[in-house]
Amino acid sequence: MTQFTPLLSLAGGALIGLSAVLLMALHGRIAGMTGILSGLVPPFSTDWTWRAAFVAGAIAAPAAIVGLGGAVPFDSPAPASWLVLGGLVVGVGVYFGSGCTSGHGVCGLARLSPRSAVATAVFMASTAATVFVVRHMLGGL
Amino acid sequence: MARILSALAVGLIFGAGIALSGMADPAKVLNFFDLAGTWDPSLAFVMGGALAITAIGYRFVLARPAPLFDAAFHLPTGRRIALPLIAGSAAFGVGWGITGFCPGGAIPALGLGRGEAFLFVGAMLAGIALSRTVRQALASRAAARTA
Repeated sequence: MTQFTPLLSLAGGALIGLSAVLLMALHGRIAGMTGILSGLVPPFSTDWTWRAAFVAGAIAAPAAIVGLGGAVPFDSPAPASWLVLGGLVVGVGVYFGSGCTSGHGVCGLARLSPRSAVATAVFMASTAATVFVVRHMLGGL
Repeated sequence: MARILSALAVGLIFGAGIALSGMADPAKVLNFFDLAGTWDPSLAFVMGGALAITAIGYRFVLARPAPLFDAAFHLPTGRRIALPLIAGSAAFGVGWGITGFCPGGAIPALGLGRGEAFLFVGAMLAGIALSRTVRQALASRAAARTA
């Protein structure tokens, strides 16, 4: 069980939205983690510096929250071999799918992009189906 | 320098949002999708909050001629809804459902210093690198055929 956190989640979501608006206003870029990371996988894109800075900030924030005495819940139930397999599948999937939850699910839907609407519907359904199979048909990993 | 620092600041806001919202916690993400089990609807509030702010903010921002630190907005130009988009998104969902990590959740999770996040992100980056190599090989083969 995890605790239902509607207010904290809404506030966190608003911050994610704020970052998406600011990245567009300042850099003219979609705040999609897949697209940002794609320029940081060798060979680096020529504009890798802002990408690296964004990623560094994204990594530093939870560390800072913990450092300031806050709590960031984290529990990863999948075994190591499944994390590697799942990571590979996610990497291939978001590359060919041209985006993930942040790019399609937030920025794309906010722009009313039909491609993002299709992509989001497909990956949300696929994730729910996978969780059902893993938890209720296989009894966990 | 202002360009880099502003990207760092925006990244901090993104990472703080992910951390507070619960998106960096694979168990919480998996529970959101587990409608038949230990359902935790929190992440609907994350998506709702993020989408509302972005939809409103984009209206004002994209009405301007250009962003502050660039000559033009870089908006996706693809319009085709084809097999790679659908199959890729379906595959992403399988990996997300197995692990509870999506790219935007996993990168901030690295800041918590947990091995699981590093393992996932390493494999994910390898998947992206592999995919790019495959796509470039396919493109150069297609180019050689038409030449």
